[in-house]
Amino acid sequence: MTLRTDTNGGLARRDLRRPGWGKTLRNDWELYLLLLPPMLFALLFKYGSYAGLVVAFKDYKILKGFFASKWVGFAQFEKVFATRDFARAVRNTLLLNGLDLILGFPAPIMLALLLNEVRGRAFKRVTQTLLYLPHFLSWVIIGAIAYQLFSLSGIVNTVITNAGGAAVPFLQENNHWLASYLMIGVWQNMGWGTIVYLAAITGVNPELYEAALTDGATRLRRMWHVTLPGIRPTIVTLLIMNLGRVMGGSFERVYALMNVATTEYTYTIPVLVYRWGLESGRYSQATALGLFQSVIGLLLVLGSDFAAKRFGEEGLL
Amino acid sequence: MTSAVRAAKPSRVRGKPGAVAADIAIHAVLALASLTCVVPFLHVLAKSLSEEAFVIAKRVFLWPKGLTLSAYAKVFYDRSISRSMGVSILTTALFTALGLFLTVCAAYPLSRKRLRGRGAFTFMILVTLYFSGGIIPDYLLVNQLGMLESLSSIVLPLAFSAYNLLIMKTSLQSSFPDSLEESARIEGAGYLRVLWSIVLPLSKPILMTIALFLAVGRWNAYQDALFYIKQRSDLRPMQLKLYYLIVAATESFQASETVVAVRTNPEVLKAACVMAATAPILCVYPFIQKYFAQGVMIGAVKG
Repeated sequence: MTLRTDTNGGLARRDLRRPGWGKTLRNDWELYLLLLPPMLFALLFKYGSYAGLVVAFKDYKILKGFFASKWVGFAQFEKVFATRDFARAVRNTLLLNGLDLILGFPAPIMLALLLNEVRGRAFKRVTQTLLYLPHFLSWVIIGAIAYQLFSLSGIVNTVITNAGGAAVPFLQENNHWLASYLMIGVWQNMGWGTIVYLAAITGVNPELYEAALTDGATRLRRMWHVTLPGIRPTIVTLLIMNLGRVMGGSFERVYALMNVATTEYTYTIPVLVYRWGLESGRYSQATALGLFQSVIGLLLVLGSDFAAKRFGEEGLL
Repeated sequence: MTSAVRAAKPSRVRGKPGAVAADIAIHAVLALASLTCVVPFLHVLAKSLSEEAFVIAKRVFLWPKGLTLSAYAKVFYDRSISRSMGVSILTTALFTALGLFLTVCAAYPLSRKRLRGRGAFTFMILVTLYFSGGIIPDYLLVNQLGMLESLSSIVLPLAFSAYNLLIMKTSLQSSFPDSLEESARIEGAGYLRVLWSIVLPLSKPILMTIALFLAVGRWNAYQDALFYIKQRSDLRPMQLKLYYLIVAATESFQASETVVAVRTNPEVLKAACVMAATAPILCVYPFIQKYFAQGVMIGAVKG
């Protein structure tokens, strides 16, 4: 198909004058027709879900339905905030996400720096492919494998006891569980996280490396003084993006790794919402708790976007 | 190896013993990190191929002892497992097809600068990326729509995602300037025709990326199925089945660490189940990772 491009200028100029809606619809009806199904999906499943938030302000009984249930204002929130479960869930959510950030954030950066030093292409490709693998696994699979490896009768403890050591309750004691949870998170994300950094590294001006080399900079100094400053914008943007998520939480990850013996740190907000709402029928309080988390999460994202722009980095929104 | 050629590169300092030692250390760290990603599988694979007695005696490490496929035979002849596998394949196929359709339908118009109301529509969809109703409102909605205990509850609600839309829209914006279809339209082609005959055939890589995001995401998820499919155990997708079979069962097995408990839930069977459920991903992921990486890069630019 040959496309005539000589008429573009004329058309674009004519577009500057806005035609009325009737003419727009007549011209572009196909575009609006295409938009119809996805917009209906968004309206029904996302905005329809927003409508359910009203339950947080009611004394919702599933048999009475939305409209007949009594309006109670913020009473449900007051009840939620007064429970001990709430304080513990907020603490756990911040603790797990905060430690995740501290341990998990630097790992991909370090791996990317190391991968960048590898010249053998075959070695690099094989390493990367293997490192990406955990990202493609479901949390159920990761949980199942973790218990095969790290339970008291798992292979790791077999090796330890065979060597004469005492078995370590990696997943059966609260603090050990926390450490295992965090290490599994680092393991799952460290390889995949390198993609963005490796791409950023290729954008660093090669002349800077040559200049550093003529100045006699060692490899470590080149990493520190050339590569890291070169990818600083990427690091700052991703850090801020992750800071905005400390109030979020992966239900699937906690739920697949938790067990009855270690509940100290596993009661995060999403788990509590599930327990209250779907297991005990306390819909209103569970909704209020979930809404609390969403609102704080949204404020954190907006705040971190604002901060990113203040620091002169590109924002997210 | 062509290391001699590469060594001539300016970024290489040759002959210094320190540089060689650093090289060895870097390769060692990377090799170790990659090994942590494979060794767990080798262990589970070895277990799944071993005689039960050797596994119970804890003598299986990375190599099977008493090679047998009987565990896999049991897994494949278990009607409920093969059914769950079928449910997963069916829902993943439907979810991917529907999700791809909806993403294209939204991304193409929203990538056209001349579309009136483009900003408002995009904003409406973006809101859903940063603010969600949450677990309970989602559940009440699915309940209200009469979709509990049915496969539609895990096919429909998540099929249209703002994240996928952003990636597709960004990609279309950069590869197809508005001038393209202005010219095509002068020759009498409508937008649908342009989309079908020009845009889609030239967008195969990004379509592949989105399809894979949808398919792998659906295959791996179990949260929504856990919430919405409680009674109909015949409708459980594979990951949920695995959760009940292995993760939840591990719980009771840890609580009573006895030989009897081990026999009722044989380790070998669990290992075979894990391998069977991971096999599809293990087989395809080396070939699909580059499409994933492209999607991640587009998403990172803005999103």
